[in-house]
Amino acid sequence: MSVQARDIAIVAFHQSDCQASAGATNEVELIMPEIRAVMDQVGLRNAQDVDFVCSGSCDYLQGAAFAFVAGVDALGAVPPIRESHVEMDAAWALYESVLKIRMGHADSALIYGFAKSSPGELPIVLSQQLDPYYLAPLWVDTVSLAALQARLMLDAGKITEADMAAVVSRSRHNAMNNPHAQLAGEVSVESLLAQQHFVSPLRRHDCCPVSDGASAMIIATVEQAKAWGKPYAILRGIDHRIESHNLCTRDLTESPSTRRAAEAAGVADGAVDVAELYAPFSHQEIILSRALGLGEGTSVNPSGGVLAGNLMMASGLSRVGEVFQRIVSGEARRGVAHATSGPCLQHNLVAVVEAA
Amino acid sequence: MSDAREPVTGIEAPVYLQYQFTAGRAPSRFLSALKQGRLTGQRCPGCSQVYIPPRGACPACGIATEEEVTLSNKATVQSFTIVYIPIPGNPIKPPYIVANLVPDGANISFIHLLSECVNEEVHIGQRVEAVWKPEAEWDYKMDNILYYKPLEEPDVPVEMIGKLGVDGLEGKQS
Ligand SMILES: [Zn+2]
Repeated sequence: MSVQARDIAIVAFHQSDCQASAGATNEVELIMPEIRAVMDQVGLRNAQDVDFVCSGSCDYLQGAAFAFVAGVDALGAVPPIRESHVEMDAAWALYESVLKIRMGHADSALIYGFAKSSPGELPIVLSQQLDPYYLAPLWVDTVSLAALQARLMLDAGKITEADMAAVVSRSRHNAMNNPHAQLAGEVSVESLLAQQHFVSPLRRHDCCPVSDGASAMIIATVEQAKAWGKPYAILRGIDHRIESHNLCTRDLTESPSTRRAAEAAGVADGAVDVAELYAPFSHQEIILSRALGLGEGTSVNPSGGVLAGNLMMASGLSRVGEVFQRIVSGEARRGVAHATSGPCLQHNLVAVVEAA
Repeated sequence: MSDAREPVTGIEAPVYLQYQFTAGRAPSRFLSALKQGRLTGQRCPGCSQVYIPPRGACPACGIATEEEVTLSNKATVQSFTIVYIPIPGNPIKPPYIVANLVPDGANISFIHLLSECVNEEVHIGQRVEAVWKPEAEWDYKMDNILYYKPLEEPDVPVEMIGKLGVDGLEGKQS
């Protein structure tokens, strides 16, 4: 990072409830309350009051080409605004916005992610993100691929089924303090292990639920954040790395892309009080914690993480938002947020957020 | 083997995905009214513009359009085209007219057919009225209205198109 790099302040964040089905509500109707919420946190009118807007969504989830364009109706884009979109989790929309601000092309940005995953059969829909010649025509679904990964972990002795259940138990427990969670409660490791296998070695609770919803964030230069006069946290580092689309060439029991992104984002430069990890399957939280070098001192997924509710295309951004909220509230001084995309943690983004 | 060197120029990998599509809360209210033979718009609480068909948000202000407004069956031609070529799958025989119409009480146009008219005489500002299907055939569909037909009413000046209240040129407002 160059010396002149402009520090980025996270100023506002809001996430909707994770709903198993948003019913008749369409995407614009899901987005509007989230955008309103972050605008109100800062005291802004609408997208006219920020320099740049970037969203993350995936048309496959909705089953309609260019469906993401309808999201712009939630912004107040008259007169025209500067707007962009990633067909990815909005954590990558955050990344694009950070670049825009660092390059001096904007001083502030609104970022939002949204999806209604419930209308389709999500694990099958996601099979179409695989390579189009060999894997996509086999319709290999995301749960089956995650199960292959968990089996490798178990056989290599890197985890036990009890370790996986412990991740779920902690997620459900932590989620009791998260008003937006879909799944929460006290469940013992023993009772979880007593459940039947779903796609072995995964049990249903090892897999994140399908959820509908959205989240939004506002970031700015530190100068702009000070001018707004709102509490903010500093986005100290952000980096993302991707592995081969050929699953057979990857070591699925580790996450070298997360490790590299963590090095580049500076995770090890200080103590990590809190970490929010995008682990759609229980065993993946263990892979990620190891790749990030997290130890006893770190509270992992205090929100419950995505095992408690997984907003496709928004959960990555929400991980950053969860860390931001804990830092601004004084609960933590330094935290790590992680977002993932693709099968078996193929593509990973790591962000370091610190108290201002 | 020589055939191993033949380039593969394509493979067949058909994609079938099923979705339970929902229109949205605001579009659902519009479609429900349509099934009852009523054309409705929604008013923006910010700028007061009335949108048809409503999608749930005022794109200009970025806020929800909650207020339901019943619109007139009368409309004004904002623009039109005469289609001379057959469109695959379209049962309508050319030449026919596709028009941008602004119903009285709304501020933006929507697209529908114009019929029972002399094509050459159709013009911007012309007054037209909806011709509905028999009530028994009403469904959650735009084609509950078969088409619009010309009205014997004075033209609307271009600068007034999209600005008429629900009572038309007489009760001009909004
Ligand atoms: Zn408006």
